[in-house]
Amino acid sequence: MTRFLAITKAELRILRRNRWLFMATLIMVLFALALTFAGSAPTGSVGVDMLTITVTSMTTLSVYLAPLLALMISFDAIAGEAERGSLGLLLTYPTGRAEILLGKFVAHLCALIIAMTIGFGSAGAVAVFSGGAGPESLVALARLIVTSVVLGAVFVLLGYMVSALTRSATAAAGMGAGLWLVFVVLYDLGLLGAVVLDGGGWFTQTLFPWIMVANPADAFRLVNIASSEGMALSSGMVGAVSVLPSWAAPVSLVLWLLLGFGFARTAFGRVEP
Amino acid sequence: MQDKVLEITGLRKNRGAACVLDDVSLSVTAGERVALLGHNGAGKSTLIKAVLGLMPFEQGEVLVAGHKPGSAAARSATAFLPEAVSFHPALTGREQLHLFSQLAGVKADIEGLLDRVGLADALDRRIGTYSKGMRQRLGLAQVLLGKPQLALLDEPTSGLDPISRQDLYEIIDELAAAGCAVLIASHALTEVEARTDRIAILRKGKLVANDTLVGLSAQAGLRTRVRLKAGQSAADLAALTGGRQVNGASVEIEIEPPQKMQTLQRIAALGDAVVDVDITPPDLEELYRHYAREGLQ
Repeated sequence: MTRFLAITKAELRILRRNRWLFMATLIMVLFALALTFAGSAPTGSVGVDMLTITVTSMTTLSVYLAPLLALMISFDAIAGEAERGSLGLLLTYPTGRAEILLGKFVAHLCALIIAMTIGFGSAGAVAVFSGGAGPESLVALARLIVTSVVLGAVFVLLGYMVSALTRSATAAAGMGAGLWLVFVVLYDLGLLGAVVLDGGGWFTQTLFPWIMVANPADAFRLVNIASSEGMALSSGMVGAVSVLPSWAAPVSLVLWLLLGFGFARTAFGRVEP
Repeated sequence: MQDKVLEITGLRKNRGAACVLDDVSLSVTAGERVALLGHNGAGKSTLIKAVLGLMPFEQGEVLVAGHKPGSAAARSATAFLPEAVSFHPALTGREQLHLFSQLAGVKADIEGLLDRVGLADALDRRIGTYSKGMRQRLGLAQVLLGKPQLALLDEPTSGLDPISRQDLYEIIDELAAAGCAVLIASHALTEVEARTDRIAILRKGKLVANDTLVGLSAQAGLRTRVRLKAGQSAADLAALTGGRQVNGASVEIEIEPPQKMQTLQRIAALGDAVVDVDITPPDLEELYRHYAREGLQ
């Protein structure tokens, strides 16, 4: 029953030993602090506190960084074991494939929680220390941390899927990069093009927000922006937010978690070591 | 009737148009050591994967301790040593074995096991620093976890030096003595050194032999050589036994295996004419070539 925890423990040990945890946390801290200090200038003109501005910038950053870190951590999970020849052995143990995935997932989730909390938390600490944080912006920061972890978790699961579909870790890394590009960059570019072509018609008014929220990266952005008036103002995304019901974006993220696990489990189930 | 731990009946597996396993039937009873021989690509690894439940097959039936391959009960009963096994380089031997014991759901004496396979000095070193032979030993240690009813060893001697090989056979003997059915896959008969109870040979997916070493020799009709050292005249002895004189003092007779005892009795009856007797059974390599290449000739 707790067999997956044995895998979790071993995976966490590996993440600590190969310095992944340290590097990921360091990257998050550096980016968060850079945005805190670079973004503190325009506070007066918009009329919101320093942390609100920082959270907005960090939301934009996290859309790119959380999926990237997640894919980096997960692309090797199955393909790497297959390459080493240890996957066949692992699968002959009484542990089921879902348990193996769950064990790795919990470990990778812990790593994301540590990196995101310390990274974004350091920005919050600086803001509190310099008096630039209020209750509302602290809630926004907490929301950013939680949703970043959820967004990362979705991409960890998609990374497992990619890892199971390819025969080598190198191919999995390439496919992971492609996945990131599609979800984070190309999807939005495509939508933007469609909106421009449509010229403010039915597509832009009705369909566009729903297609947008179907992408986990955009859903993440919407959750963070819709819930804070100050952030919606400072990010200029008020239009799309007003059309969608408030549950749309959180539901999209949760659905993606379930879908991601389903995809990963199906792809892993087809692996013949 | 003995307790059959592994029972394979009429197993058939196609890969594309090619048939990689063709109507293979093989069983291993508790405490028996069976060598599965064949060239590379003869179907040994495919057979093992089918038994482990890692690969579906078209026809036939496989039962591991009475359970379907890949079922939880079958997996608990089975231990497996993959060919050229490797583990995550960042973990130590002790951590890796501890993980396996938890996955198997058994309480095991990790240090004792690692000591048994000769890794006592390396148990807290990272696997990344291990040599190929040491990784193989670690793989062997995880086979000993729990009390497997069936052990499948795929090329267990690869990467091992002769002394380690000796240790390996001792461990295999211990496993068998504890009632474990052991199936050892190898590409050469000399590798398993005939320290098995039965030998099965696969050729292009077909089981072409399945018998004891003696039985195989008899079927192959390979002759046993008996060399006699003459008491007085080698020429006289050659005439007496119908053998061939090899030098001034020795005579060599080639006999079919079933006639061995009869011949020896005849020799014993010769009294002082014979000073010494040497019996050489057919060479293992010769025997293996006979079966593995039969169809090619």
